Amino acid sequence: MNLLPLFIAIPLGTAFVVVLLGKTRETYSDILATIAALILAILPFILILTLDKGEVLVYNMGKWLPPQGINLVLDGLSRLMLIIINVVGFLAIVYSVSYMKKFTAKSKYYGLFMLMLTGMNGVVLTGDFFNLFVFAEIAAISSYALVAFGVEAEELEASFKYMVMGSIATILILFSIGLLYGLTGSLNMADVGRTIQGNGSTLLSFSMVLFLTGFGIKAAIIPFHAWLPDAHPSAPAPVSAMLSGVLIKALGVYALMRIFFNVFGFNLQVSWVFMILGLLSIFGGGLLALRQDDLKRLLAYSSISQMGFIILGLGCGNYWGILGALFHLLNHSCFKSLLFLNSGAVEYSVGTRKLNKMGGLSKVMPVTGATSTIASLSISGIPPFNGFWSKLFIIIGLVQANHFVLAVLAILASVLTLAYYLRMQRNTFFGKLKKELERIKEAPLSMCFSMIVLAVACVGLGIFFYPVMKVILEPAVEVLQEGIKYSSIILGG
Amino acid sequence: MIFFLSFILFLIGLYCVLIKKNLLKMVMGIVIMEYSVSLFLILLGYKKGGFPPIVTAGVEGTNFVDPLPQALVITAIVISIASLALIISLCMRIYQKYKTFDITKIRKLKG
Repeated sequence: MNLLPLFIAIPLGTAFVVVLLGKTRETYSDILATIAALILAILPFILILTLDKGEVLVYNMGKWLPPQGINLVLDGLSRLMLIIINVVGFLAIVYSVSYMKKFTAKSKYYGLFMLMLTGMNGVVLTGDFFNLFVFAEIAAISSYALVAFGVEAEELEASFKYMVMGSIATILILFSIGLLYGLTGSLNMADVGRTIQGNGSTLLSFSMVLFLTGFGIKAAIIPFHAWLPDAHPSAPAPVSAMLSGVLIKALGVYALMRIFFNVFGFNLQVSWVFMILGLLSIFGGGLLALRQDDLKRLLAYSSISQMGFIILGLGCGNYWGILGALFHLLNHSCFKSLLFLNSGAVEYSVGTRKLNKMGGLSKVMPVTGATSTIASLSISGIPPFNGFWSKLFIIIGLVQANHFVLAVLAILASVLTLAYYLRMQRNTFFGKLKKELERIKEAPLSMCFSMIVLAVACVGLGIFFYPVMKVILEPAVEVLQEGIKYSSIILGG
Repeated sequence: MIFFLSFILFLIGLYCVLIKKNLLKMVMGIVIMEYSVSLFLILLGYKKGGFPPIVTAGVEGTNFVDPLPQALVITAIVISIASLALIISLCMRIYQKYKTFDITKIRKLKG
């Protein structure tokens, strides 16, 4: 049996049922959402166990063959993304069971959340451009609504800003899809990729630029980042964890990788564009993070900076660079989600996010303090943890591609990361406990569960990086390195 | 070149989003941009003297119109209506909170 449609059908079905169930009793919607998310989190592992390492699974909707029909494609890269989306999604749902109690209409929250999962799963599985656009819109529109979920003044403002930027991005993407259709007469990615080879048309370059801008806005790479530092901190904590940990990767970086590596083909110009944008993001995001006094805003800027590392690694174009980028993508989804969940726990117990109003919290909130320390050490690249390996691979990739200056800059940027995370740790969890904070209690059990699982994942990915690399990452790297052979793999022949 | 018409429309929309200070006017700019892209897609599917792609006894020849752009535009319009509804409701909520539609006065977020 082919499991691929389930990744879209389960969350889509749950999204509608959960809202109806919420009308009877709110607990039912908790249970249903958790079960659905658990099934979704298990499915990608079943796929990994049953399929061979490099096997590509193609599902043709209604048995219509591409390029006429719609197809879903599962290759190494999609498998990696499915794991990230569904596992982090499950943990965020478990976390929300306690965290979202202070909001009304919890079942509607689950509905929107499930729609967001539908959109992201669809984006990473789909094999044609138009469905990419449709699923990206499903995920984006539900995320606009989720950012504004608290309907306070700041949240509405952030959501409006996010929505204007996001709409412009989708319009540019649709424009570009239209251009590609005009050039090739097809919307299937594999078919388009085959048709445009050797076509040096200016319109093709124009559509590449439009794609880069559109998905660059979604990925919050630096010249297009303005919405992220407002939107991510304003959302409820589990949603911020999903947005920062998963959404910008699934909608932004994944789409960029798929289109630029597998459809257009990777070349020197693209490589330089990626590396320059990556460097800008690393330093811009890092330097802006250094002077933030709001906990979640600091994390949001740090997301921009870490996305820069991923783009920089992809820009190398060689084995180690791409491996490092994909590993950093996996790691970043672990530790950034964890840090956002931590910030949510702090906000839940203390009631503020200002760094100067906290201090010494690890004495009263041991689980949050310990997990947050692990996440901060991981993201700064301290050796036994996972962030170290991914940054090391990216730097090896840069050295192999003879970009020594960029390698040195990447090391410096990694030190910059350590600087702002140390500042965050010192102001929140270490130091003297303030008198008015002595009565603070640890966050509830379901919140602690998600944080502990993610912290274990951070340590585990660091220690067992070799098997993870062999089983999950290498097939994904292969997909990107094969480049435009993608079309012959999907269409055959 | 009729394609430039849709491009000009697109630029008008972009100007609206970038320059106007009223939230609703920005929303209108977005809508104009969406329309321009829809127009562009529909124009791509135009074929002079083409038939609808329905094979019946009376229709001869192969000069069929590709139905793909039409299907695409319908979907894009539905999506844009949904996002329009969401963004207008956001504007209404913002007006309730800030008592203004002026984007320069809606500045509680900093940085």
